[in-house]
Amino acid sequence: MNPLLLLLLIPLLTVIGIALAKGTKQVRLVSAIGMSAQLLFAFVLLFLFYKERNTGNTEDMLFVSSTMWYESFNIQLKFGVDGISVSMILLTAIVTFAGIFASWQVESLSKEFFISLIILATGVFGFFISLDLFTMFLFYEMAVIPMYLLIGIWGSGPKEYSAMKLTLMLMGGSALLLVGLLGIYFNSAPDGGRLTFDLTEIAKVHIPLAAQLFFFPFTFIGFGILGALFPFHTWSPDGHASAPTAVSMLHAGVLMKLGGYGCFRVAMYLLPEAAHELAWIFIILTSISVVYGAFGAIWQKDLKYINAYSSVSHCGLVLFALLMMNETATTGAILQMISHGLMTALFFALIGMIYGRTHTRMINEMGGLMKVIPFLSVVYVIAGLASLGLPGLSGFVAEMTIFVGSFQHTDTFHRVATIVACSSIVITAVYILRVVGILLLGPITNNHYLELKDAQWFEKLSTVTLVSAIAIIGLTPFWLSDLIREPLAHMIQNLTNL
Amino acid sequence: MDYSYTLLILLLPFLLFLFIGLIGNKMKPQLSGVLGTTGLLVITVLSYFTAFNYFTNKTGEAFKAIEAFQFLWLQFTDKLIIHLGILLDPLSVMMLVVITTVSLMVHIYSMGYMKGEVGFARSYSFLSLFTCSRLGLVLATNIFQMYIFWELVGVSSYLLIGFYYERPSAVAAAKKAFIVTRFADLGFLIGILILSFYTNTFDFNLLTSDDGPAIAQPATAVFMGLSVTTWAMLLIFMGGAGKSAMFPLHIWLPDAMEGPTPVSALIHAATMVVAGVYLVARLFPIYHFTSPDSLNVIMYVGSFTSLFAAIIACTQLDIKRVLAFSTLSQIGYMMVALGVSGYGSEGLGYMASLFHLFTHAFFKALLFLGAGSVIHAVHSNLMTEMGGLKKYMPITHITFLIACLTIAGIPPLSGFFSKDEILVAAFEHNKMVFAVQWLVAGLTAFYMFRLYFNIFWSSNREYHHTPHESPASMTIPLILLAVASIFSGFVPFHDLVTTDGLPLQTEFHAMIAVPSVAIAVVGIIFSAMLYFRKNPKPESIATSLSGIYTFVYHKFYIDEVYLFITHNIIFQFISRPVAWFDRHIVDGTMNLIGNTTVFFSGAIKRMQSGHVQWYIWYFTSGALLLVLLILYLN
Repeated sequence: MNPLLLLLLIPLLTVIGIALAKGTKQVRLVSAIGMSAQLLFAFVLLFLFYKERNTGNTEDMLFVSSTMWYESFNIQLKFGVDGISVSMILLTAIVTFAGIFASWQVESLSKEFFISLIILATGVFGFFISLDLFTMFLFYEMAVIPMYLLIGIWGSGPKEYSAMKLTLMLMGGSALLLVGLLGIYFNSAPDGGRLTFDLTEIAKVHIPLAAQLFFFPFTFIGFGILGALFPFHTWSPDGHASAPTAVSMLHAGVLMKLGGYGCFRVAMYLLPEAAHELAWIFIILTSISVVYGAFGAIWQKDLKYINAYSSVSHCGLVLFALLMMNETATTGAILQMISHGLMTALFFALIGMIYGRTHTRMINEMGGLMKVIPFLSVVYVIAGLASLGLPGLSGFVAEMTIFVGSFQHTDTFHRVATIVACSSIVITAVYILRVVGILLLGPITNNHYLELKDAQWFEKLSTVTLVSAIAIIGLTPFWLSDLIREPLAHMIQNLTNL
Repeated sequence: MDYSYTLLILLLPFLLFLFIGLIGNKMKPQLSGVLGTTGLLVITVLSYFTAFNYFTNKTGEAFKAIEAFQFLWLQFTDKLIIHLGILLDPLSVMMLVVITTVSLMVHIYSMGYMKGEVGFARSYSFLSLFTCSRLGLVLATNIFQMYIFWELVGVSSYLLIGFYYERPSAVAAAKKAFIVTRFADLGFLIGILILSFYTNTFDFNLLTSDDGPAIAQPATAVFMGLSVTTWAMLLIFMGGAGKSAMFPLHIWLPDAMEGPTPVSALIHAATMVVAGVYLVARLFPIYHFTSPDSLNVIMYVGSFTSLFAAIIACTQLDIKRVLAFSTLSQIGYMMVALGVSGYGSEGLGYMASLFHLFTHAFFKALLFLGAGSVIHAVHSNLMTEMGGLKKYMPITHITFLIACLTIAGIPPLSGFFSKDEILVAAFEHNKMVFAVQWLVAGLTAFYMFRLYFNIFWSSNREYHHTPHESPASMTIPLILLAVASIFSGFVPFHDLVTTDGLPLQTEFHAMIAVPSVAIAVVGIIFSAMLYFRKNPKPESIATSLSGIYTFVYHKFYIDEVYLFITHNIIFQFISRPVAWFDRHIVDGTMNLIGNTTVFFSGAIKRMQSGHVQWYIWYFTSGALLLVLLILYLN
C-alpha cells in the first residue's frame, strides 16, 4: 500500500475514534493519540523519503500511486510527494499536534470541535500529497469549509461576521481558482489527445500562450487570496481575531501555506510563460504586502491583529520570492512558509494562552507579564525574535535565502524590489519590540495578574514543540534547505527554459 | 600547527548559554556564576594559547590567514555559501585576546557586583551568549557569518541592556539600541547583497586578496555618480557605524547605560562598539583599493563624532554617560585612523587604529568597572552626589586615576602610544583632521579629570551610609586591568597587526608627541582649577554660557529629532494612515461588495414570493417583452 494513504487514514480513524469517544477527556485523549501518530508518521515518511532517494531513485515524485476515480473527466486519485511536499507535511503535522494541545481546554461541544479541526487538517494533508488538480481542489475546499463552523461556533467577538467574511472571501478565491483550473484542464491537450487533470502530465505539455495569459491571473489570485495577497488580505485580521486558538494556529500556520504552495505548484509551474509575462504586477503587489503589512502591524493594539498583519507581511514575502523564479529565492520561499507556519502558530498559541489568563488581547491593557508568567513570556520573546529574523531561529534562514536569492536576479527592477522588501526587517523589529516592551516587560500594571498561573503541562508541550522546531531549523538549516532545493532544480529549469 | 581546538572557544560559551539559560534558575545562583566564569577562564586560556602559537609560528615573511575550521551551514547558490568557520589572522587573534580578557574581568567582577540580584543566573546566561556571538563575529571566515553573529551581538545587547526589565527606562533603552542598530544593519545587509552580487562570494580570503573578485575586477557599474562598490562599502560601513555608534547613529549608546554596569563595560570597552572598527579593518583592502571615497567618509564621520562626543562629555553629570560619550570619542579616533590609512608600508593608520582598539579596551573597561565600584558604594550615578571618595575607596581611586591618565595620553601609559600613532597618521594625511584630533585630546583630558576630581576629591560630603571599598571580586579585576592599561602600550604592535601581515617600520615623532602631551596637561590643569575643590566657578561658567550649555547638555537635541521622526512621521504619518487605509478603503471595498450583494438580493428577493399568480405575470410579461423586442429589431 502507498504509505501516503496513511496520512489520510490516520486522521480518518481519529475522527471515527472521537465520534465514538465519551466525554471531553476521552475526546482529547483520542485526538492527542491520533495526531501524535500522525506526527510520528510524518517523520517516518521523511525517513522513507531519504531512504528511497539513497537507493538511487531519482524520480521527481516518490511513492506515486494513481487510481482512476471518474473516468469520463479523467479525474484520478493520484498521490505522490517530493522534497517540498514532504517538508510541508512535516509542518502540518507539527502544527496540528501543537494545535491539539493548545485547545486542551475547549469544553463546549469538544467532540464536534476536535472533529472539525481534524477534518481541516486532513484536507491540508490531502492537498499536499495530491498530484491531480481536481482532487487538490477538493481537498482545498475540505480544509476551508470546517473553518466556517470553527470560527462561527467556537469563535469570539463578532464571530458570525468574521466567519462569513473569511469564508466568502476564500470562496471567492475558490471560484477564481476553479475557472483557472478548468482553463488548464481544457488546454491540457493542445495537440489533441485526452484532457487531463494530472499535474505531472500537464507540466510536460505546452499550453498555448493566449490561454496561459488568460488563466494565470485566475489561478494565481485564486491561490493568492489564501496566501494573503494584497489587496485581498482583509479576511485575515478579522478572521484570526475571532477564531479560536487552534484554528488561528492551523489557519495561519498551515492553511495560508496552501496558497503559496498552489501559486508555485499550479499557477507558475503549469503556466510558466504567463508567469514570466505577468510576474512584475505581482512583484509590485507583494512588495507592497511586505512593507504595508509591517506598517499596518505597528499601529494595532489587539495582539491577534498585530499577528495577522505581520502574517500579511511575512506571507507577502513568500509570494514575492516565488515570483523571482530562481532556485535560491524559491527555496527561501518554501523555507519562509515553514518558518512562518511554525512561528505564527506559536504566536497564536501564546496569544490564546495569554488571553485565557488576562481575558483581554489589548496590549495597552496589559503589562509586566514577564514577572508573573515567565515561561509563556520567554516563549513569546523567542517567537518574536524568530519573527524579526534572529539568526539561530528559522526566520533568519528563510529571509536571508529569499533576499540573497532575489538579489541574484539580473534585472534591476527585481533588485530594487528586493531592497524594498529588505526594509521590512527594520519595521518588523519595531512592532515586535513594541509588543514585547508593552506586554511583557515593565512594571505589572494590574494587581490581579499577581495571581496568574504559568503554563500548564499541555501548554508547555504545545509551545515547546513549536519552539524546538523553530530552533532546529534555525541552527541546522542545511538539511531542510537541501530537501527543498533538490526538486526545485528541475522545476525551475522548466520555468526558465522557455 | 593544528588549530582545530579553537572550535571550543565558540562552542563553550554557547553551551553555557543554553545550560545556564535553561536550568540556571533551578540551581544556586552562585553556582551559575562560578560555571560561567570558569568556562570563560578556559576560553581565555585557550585564546592566549592560540595567540602565542599563532604569533610565534610564523611561516615565511608575513602572517598568513589560517582557516582553523570550516563547516557548511547553508548553501544559497553554487558560489554563495555560508560557512561557519574560524579564521585566524593577526586581526582576529588580537581581538580574541582582547575580548576574552575583558570578558573574563567582567565575569569575575559581576560575581561581586551582581551578588544578590534577582536575575543573577540570567545575567550569566546572557553574558555567555554575548561572549559567544562576539567571538563568532571576530572569528568569522566570511561576511555572512559575520552578519549572523553581528545580529546575535545585537540581540544579546538588547537582552543585557534591558536586564532590569521592570524598569521602563531600561526597556526603552534596550528597544532603542536594537532598533537603531537594526536600521544600520539594514544598510549592512544591502551592502552584503550588492557586494556578493558583483563578486559572487562571501569569503573574506577571496574578497580581500589582491587578485580576488572584489579588488582585481571591481564592478564598473555606476549608480548616482559613485561606483557600486563604493555604494556597497558605504552601506556596509553604515552597519559598522550603527554598532560603533558613529554620528548620527550614536543615539542608542548613552541610553544603553541602563544595563548593569559590568555589562556597560563589556558593551563599551572591548566588545560591541568596536565591532564597526573591526568590520572596516577586516574589509580594509577593499576600502583602500576600490573605494577610497568611502575611506574619506569614514575619516570625516570619525573625526566629527570624536569632537562632537567630547564636547557633550564635558557637560554630562551621570558618570556612566560621561564614559559613554568618551567611548564614542575614542572610537572616532579609531575610525579616523582607518580613514587616513594607506596600505602596506603606509598602513600606519590601520595599525594605530587597532592598537588604540587594543589599549582602549583595557582602560575603558577599567574606567567602567571603576565607575561601577563607585556606584556600588554610593548608590547613585550622578557626580553631583559624589565627592571625597578617595579616602573610602583607595583601590578604586588609584586604579581610576591610572585609567584617567591613560586615556588622557600621559606617557608612558598605553594610551599615549596608541593615540600618538593615530595623530602621526592623521598628520601625514590631512592637517585639518589632525588639528581636530589634537584638540579632542585636550578635551578628553579635561572631561576625564572633571570626572575624576568630582568623584574622588571635591567636597567631603556626608553620606547616608559610609561608602566602603568594594569586595575582592571587584577590586582584583580593577587591579589586573590597571596593570594591562599601564603595560599594553609596550606590545610590539607594529610587528604583529598590520595591513599586509608584514612588520611595519615606525618611528617616534617628537614633533607630535610633545604638543599632544602638552594639550593633555593643559586639559588636566584646567579641570583641576575648576573641580579640585568645590567652588562656584563651574556653575558660573555654565550660567554665563547658558544657551550653549543647555544645548550641549541635551546632546544637541538629536534624540528629540529622532523622536520626532519616529513618532510623528513613521507612526503618525505612515503607520496610522496605513492602518486606516486598510480598515476603511481595502476592507471597505470588500464590505461594500458584500453589502451591495445584500442590498440587491434584498431588493429582488420579493420576487420569490411563492405566489403562482405573480410568477405567471412575470412569465407572460417577460415573454411579451421579448416578442416585442424581436419584432422591433427586425
